Amino acid sequence: MRHFISIADLTRGEALSVLATAEHMADTQSRAIRKLPTLVGATVVNLFFEDSTRTRISFEAAAKRLSADVINFSAKGSSLSKGESLKDTALTLQAMGADAVVVRSGSSGAAHLLAHAGWIDQPIVNAGDGAHEHPTQAMLDAFTLRRHLRPGDPRAGLDGLHVVIVGDLLHSRVARSNVLLLTLLGARVTLVAPPALVPVGASAWPCTISYDLDEALADSPDAVMMLRVQRERMVGGGFFPTEGEYSRRYGLTIARAARLPEHAIILHPGPMNRGFEIAGAVADSPRSVIVEQVASGVFVRMAVLYHLLATDAREAHREN
Amino acid sequence: MRTETTDDTVSASADPAPLLIRGGRPYGEDVQDLLLVGGRIQSVGADLEIPEGTEIIDAEDCIVLPGLVDLHTHLREPGGEEAETVETGTRAAARGGFTAVHAMANTTPVADSAGVVEQVARRGDSAGWCTVRPVGAVTVGLAGERLAELDAMANSRAQVRVFSDDGKCVHDPVLMRRALEYVKSFDGVIAQHAQDPRLTEGAQMHEGVVSAELGLTGWPAVAEESIIARDVLLAQHVGSRLHVCHLSTAGSVDIIRWAKQRGIAVTAEVTPHHLLLTDENVRQFDAVFKVNPPLRTAADVEAVREGLADGTIDIVATDHAPHPRDAKDREWDQAAMGMTGLETALSLVQLTMVDEDRLTWRDVARVLSETPAEIGRDLEQGRPLAPGSPAHVLVWDPRPVRVADPAEHASLSQNSPFAGLELPGTNRLTVLGGRPTVRDGRVVQR
Repeated sequence: MRHFISIADLTRGEALSVLATAEHMADTQSRAIRKLPTLVGATVVNLFFEDSTRTRISFEAAAKRLSADVINFSAKGSSLSKGESLKDTALTLQAMGADAVVVRSGSSGAAHLLAHAGWIDQPIVNAGDGAHEHPTQAMLDAFTLRRHLRPGDPRAGLDGLHVVIVGDLLHSRVARSNVLLLTLLGARVTLVAPPALVPVGASAWPCTISYDLDEALADSPDAVMMLRVQRERMVGGGFFPTEGEYSRRYGLTIARAARLPEHAIILHPGPMNRGFEIAGAVADSPRSVIVEQVASGVFVRMAVLYHLLATDAREAHREN
Repeated sequence: MRTETTDDTVSASADPAPLLIRGGRPYGEDVQDLLLVGGRIQSVGADLEIPEGTEIIDAEDCIVLPGLVDLHTHLREPGGEEAETVETGTRAAARGGFTAVHAMANTTPVADSAGVVEQVARRGDSAGWCTVRPVGAVTVGLAGERLAELDAMANSRAQVRVFSDDGKCVHDPVLMRRALEYVKSFDGVIAQHAQDPRLTEGAQMHEGVVSAELGLTGWPAVAEESIIARDVLLAQHVGSRLHVCHLSTAGSVDIIRWAKQRGIAVTAEVTPHHLLLTDENVRQFDAVFKVNPPLRTAADVEAVREGLADGTIDIVATDHAPHPRDAKDREWDQAAMGMTGLETALSLVQLTMVDEDRLTWRDVARVLSETPAEIGRDLEQGRPLAPGSPAHVLVWDPRPVRVADPAEHASLSQNSPFAGLELPGTNRLTVLGGRPTVRDGRVVQR
């Protein structure tokens, strides 16, 4: 792997390899001294054109626990907010000697462009591009699913599992990356959303699409992933009549959660709109793994940085 | 940025000598020689008597066509000189085999008054690479609120006959109706950029399988088709001429076909890029493929080819839309829409239509010269290759295949989506009013 841009670029073997490394990283994080020397001397730039505190600090924690230096370059209060282009920013980072760039942008394709436009030579990690992809989020979701539903087998895929993903599919990069990754790992995916939040053309995706949450929940899911309804992206309006109606039809209420199979777990990429797409009591219930997802995020991002930057270390690891 | 150099130009004297175009095939048919004298075609046939001092052009195995006429060109001047000027845009046109272009109105200031259209026409005259027919804006400032002074533009020295808010749709149905009615008095035509603005807010690419995957806001086919359907009915109702710019979808072709069967006075154009490229080209997020209307699906490409072949679509027009590099070297959703096309148009038509046996060269003369001139009511262009016609002539060699390289283009901008593609055909000679403007692909400096 040269970059980490899109789940569509990965083979099943590569995805499993990153997950295996993430398990290894998780093991190291239960030790007394959690910091690994792996990336000493490397500089990772977090280039965030969009505000996202949780993703940024997750990448920052991941890089720091591998002993990399971290530079945070956020839109607010920087040249980015003064209209500097992606190209000029990339040229600047190249000149400064960044070793990897983690980029978050509201523009679909921004990470791809950064990786392939010839402005910068370093590995690029996509931390979310528009409504396109959020591949490390999908990796951490797969990691979390596997720990709970395929425990004890760090080489397993997600074969045979049924995952229901609910919410604003139209604007969700999380949904797109998860459909690709979960099916790559052998899971069956059902997407649920009101029709106006299903992209035209999504019928070509390798999953089932339903407008009926209760029907999908009756089909014995092993996991339910609730997506945040992105109020700020509802350009043009009218995707659904009211929040109340949405919540009644598509919210994960206490009653709906109670009908899930005993072993089923509940995920949410955060930040949550409690009481809207998910009831607060459900988010806090024992079957919710939402907080654990945050921890998984650090392990997975450590693994991704490791795969992109620590080639020598990886070879040493193999020899061991 | 491109600067004028001497090595891509050759010199010519001020007064054009008589020209004999020898051994070429007018309209791709039988070999006939053409003698051009004093800005006119003097005679056509074999063994023509030629005056002393006649220059002889060997056109063996070449196609001879009337000079091409583009109904849809963005010359960007005034206001957008970083992307193109009348001078560079018309040089590009000449290299593409054009002897006339219709310059779209979305300049700064907008071409919505007699003063601006006259200025653009004058710039074209003094540049001298091809005839520049300004297109007038339909509404003041392209704002879609009230009609511009269409009559003043029509009766100015620029003699405007084509009116368009291109880039924006005249979406208000009452305003569109009034515009259609108003231009009847001087035989004008409204060229509509068919795009429902509400259905395309924030639209980035064709709405379909690829947009769903890439997470880019969709530009649905229905946003084009619903406006075209409305407009043909309006044109029928008020008995006016309507021209549909750059139609791009299979549904649009069906609507035009239906309208023509009903006898509605509608004409339609397709761009070269919509004859070849599809939304699959967007997958690499290279904004050189960002254009409005967007690249559609393979099924749409097939439908517009079929529509062009059967005459439903009347003409090919380039929608040549130059942009400086910085406007394209950006994230997809922040990049400008549009692609250059003047210098590749005929190659694209040859590739997609002639070489596929779907158009003859005589058809090419119709869709790229005669009919666009007729729609624009340009009496001096698109004339038959016959004695007495103005000497606007193109000699095209269909045999060479070359890799398209925007760096070789005369356009000030290099946003060609065809870069790197092998394209057939090359311009041997463009003649404007008896004077060669291009020889063997190189513009001829006066």
